[in-house]
Amino acid sequence: MKIKTCIGLSVLSIFSFLTSVQAQTTNISGEFQSAPIAPSSRFNPDISLNGLFAAGYFSEPDPLQFGAHDPNERGFTLQNLELTLSSVVDPYFKAEVYLIFGFEDGESIVEVEEAHLRTTGLPSGLEIMAGQFFTRFGRSNSMHPHHWDFADQNIVNTLMFGAEGLRNPGVQVSVLFPLPFYLESIISIQNAKGETASSFLSSEEDTFAGRPLTHQTVHGADDLISMGRLKTAFDITETLTVVTGTSHIVGQNGTGDDTQTRIHGIDFFIHWKPLSTDHGWPFVKFQGELMHREYEAGSASVEGVVLPEESLKTTGFYLQTLYGFTRRWVAGLRYGAANATRPDDPRTGDRWRLSSNLTFYPSEFSKIRLQYHYDDSEDVPDPIHAVLLQYEFSIGAHAAHVF
Amino acid sequence: MKRQFFLLLLFLTAIGIETAGASTLRLVATTEDLASIAKAVGGDRVQVDFIARGIQDPHFIDPKPSYILKLSKADVLVSVGLGLEDAWLPPLLKGARNARIQPGASGLVVAATGLPLLDVPSGRVDRSEGDVHGAGNPHIWLDPENGHHIAKNIHAALIRVDPSGKAVYAKNLDGFLKKLDRAMVQWKERMRPFKGEKVITYHKSWPYFLGRFGLMAVDYVEPRPGIPPGTTHLQGLIERIKSKNVSVLIVEPYLDGKMTRWIAKQTGITVVTLPPSVSEQTGIRDYFALFEHLTQTLARVFSQEGG
Repeated sequence: MKIKTCIGLSVLSIFSFLTSVQAQTTNISGEFQSAPIAPSSRFNPDISLNGLFAAGYFSEPDPLQFGAHDPNERGFTLQNLELTLSSVVDPYFKAEVYLIFGFEDGESIVEVEEAHLRTTGLPSGLEIMAGQFFTRFGRSNSMHPHHWDFADQNIVNTLMFGAEGLRNPGVQVSVLFPLPFYLESIISIQNAKGETASSFLSSEEDTFAGRPLTHQTVHGADDLISMGRLKTAFDITETLTVVTGTSHIVGQNGTGDDTQTRIHGIDFFIHWKPLSTDHGWPFVKFQGELMHREYEAGSASVEGVVLPEESLKTTGFYLQTLYGFTRRWVAGLRYGAANATRPDDPRTGDRWRLSSNLTFYPSEFSKIRLQYHYDDSEDVPDPIHAVLLQYEFSIGAHAAHVF
Repeated sequence: MKRQFFLLLLFLTAIGIETAGASTLRLVATTEDLASIAKAVGGDRVQVDFIARGIQDPHFIDPKPSYILKLSKADVLVSVGLGLEDAWLPPLLKGARNARIQPGASGLVVAATGLPLLDVPSGRVDRSEGDVHGAGNPHIWLDPENGHHIAKNIHAALIRVDPSGKAVYAKNLDGFLKKLDRAMVQWKERMRPFKGEKVITYHKSWPYFLGRFGLMAVDYVEPRPGIPPGTTHLQGLIERIKSKNVSVLIVEPYLDGKMTRWIAKQTGITVVTLPPSVSEQTGIRDYFALFEHLTQTLARVFSQEGG
C-alpha cells in the first residue's frame, strides 16, 4: 500500500505539469464569446487537490485516536492531502484516482486510496466497477476524510474497519432497479489482505485479539471479502429525504485456517432543506449507523499462554446531527458507543464518545472547524477531553457534493 | 458458493424487469426554464420533467437519489452548462448510469453550446475572484433572444433521438420561435423608455437580461460572485448608489433580503425582487410569462421612479 517518496515526487511533478498546462488557458477578452471549452482542458483529466489539517489538544497523552486520518496527537496533524484525478476514459468507462500524501513516523508516504474504472453505459441500471476502492458498507466507510462532518472518524467505523477504513482491490457490481422508487443493490468481492482489511486477513505484522495473523494464503473465493448492500431512498416531501440501507459482509480472517468474520450493519440518513435557500442554507442532517461483528478467532499459543477458539462479538453505533443554521455556519453533535475500545482487540473495554463542533465555510472551497469531544473508555483511568481545530482547502476542479 | 449463485440470479431477474416501454420520449431538464422551452419544442411527443425548481437557487441543488431516479429513465437531458450545475449534475449522472445521457451521448443537450457568452474571463482564472465560471456567465436563459438558440439545441437533440418525430418537432420549433419574435417586439417596446437606466444587482445573474434591454448594472451587492459583502464594500456601494443616483436594486427571491432592506434604508434605493426563472409555484408558468413578469415589473418600477 505504501510507495516511497520518489514516487510521490514524480506524481507531484506530473500534477504540476498538468496544472501549468491548465494555467496557460487564455481567452481573448471581448464583449461576446462563444468558447465553452478551454483548449487546454481537452483530454486532460479533472484535477483537484484537497488539504486537510488539524491542531489538537488531548487531556491524556494516549488520545485513543486510532484512525489514520484522525487528528491523533497534541500539536499539529496532516490528516489528508488528497490528489484526485478523474476523467472519462472512452465511451464505455470513467476512471477516478485518489492518491493520499501524508506522514507516517516522520516519513513521507503515498497511498493509493482509490483507483478504479467504472462502466458508464451498461443497460438495465447495471454498473461494474473494478480496481482499488472503498467497500460500500454503510455510509461512512466510503466517505473521504474531507467529506466527514466531524474532524475525525466515528469510533464504530474505526473499530470495525481499522485505521484506514475498509478498501482493497476488487470488483463491484451494482444495479439501480427500474422501480418507481430508489432501490440499489451492490455486491462486491475484494482482497482481504493488508491494513485496509483489519477485520479480515489483515497483515502478518499485526495481531488480532492477541493472536498472530498466520493465515495469509488465498486458496479460493472464501479467502476474499464478499459484501452485499441494499440501499433505498424516499422523498417524504420535497424538502425531506430519507436514505436507508443494510450491509452485510463476510470473509476469512487471519487467526486460523477456517475462521470467518461477519459484519452486519444498518444505516440511515435524513436530510431537510427548504426549497428556497440562501446559498444552500439552512439545512438539517440526521444520520446513524449500527454495526455488529462476529469474529471467529482461532486458537493460538502466545508466549506460553493458550488462547482458545472463540467467537468475539462487537457491537457499536453512532448518531449524529448537523444543523446549518445560517449561511456559512454549521453546528454538529455526535454520539458514538461500542462494547470495545481498540480496533485490534474486541476484548477491550466499553467506550462512548460525545463530540460537538462548529464549522465555518468561508467559501465552498475552504473550511475551519472547531471540535470538542468527551471520550470515556473502561480502558483508560480518566475520560479524555479533546479540542480540535481543523482547516481545509480544496483547489482545482469543483468537487461533487455527496448526499 | 450457493449463495453467490442465488445473488446472481436475483440480479438477472432484476435486469429482466425492464420498465414497460413507454412510447413518449422522456426528457429531463436541469431547470424549469429549460423545461418550459423543451415542452414547447417537444409538444405531445415528449414527457418533460425537471430537477431544480424555479424558486430554487440552481447553483445549490442537492444530488438527491430521487433525481438519480429521474435521470436513470431519461432519453434526453437538457442542462444549462458553463458550470452552473457542476456541484450536483456529475454525481447525479454517475448514479443514473444511463448511457443515453452521458457526456458525448446523443441525448445530452448543453443549452449554452454555440451561444455568444458574457463575462468570459480573459487570462488566468482563479477563485480569488469568487465563484466565477471559467467558461462564461451561465445565466444565459435570461436573454429571451438566447431562447431561440436553446430551443434549436433542444430541437437538434430531439431529432437525433427520435427521428420519426422530425416534422412535429420542426413545426413546434417554428411556432415557438415565431411566438418568441412577436413577444420580443412587445417586451422591447415596453422597455424602450428606460434604456440606459442604471441598476444594482445582488448577484451577477442578470447581464444577459440587462444587456438585451439596454439597462446598466453599475455595481453588485456581492463584491465577487458568491462572496458575501463586507463593511468596506457596503460603504463603497452606498456611496456609489448615492453619487451615481441609482434608483433600483434587483435581487433574487432566495438571496439575503435583510441585507438589501438595510441598503434600501441607507440609500432610499427601491429593492425589486425579481424571479430569475420560470416557476409553477410563483405563477410564472412558462418562458413567455417570465419575461412578461420581468418587463412589466421593471417598467412599473422605473415609471414610478421617474414620475
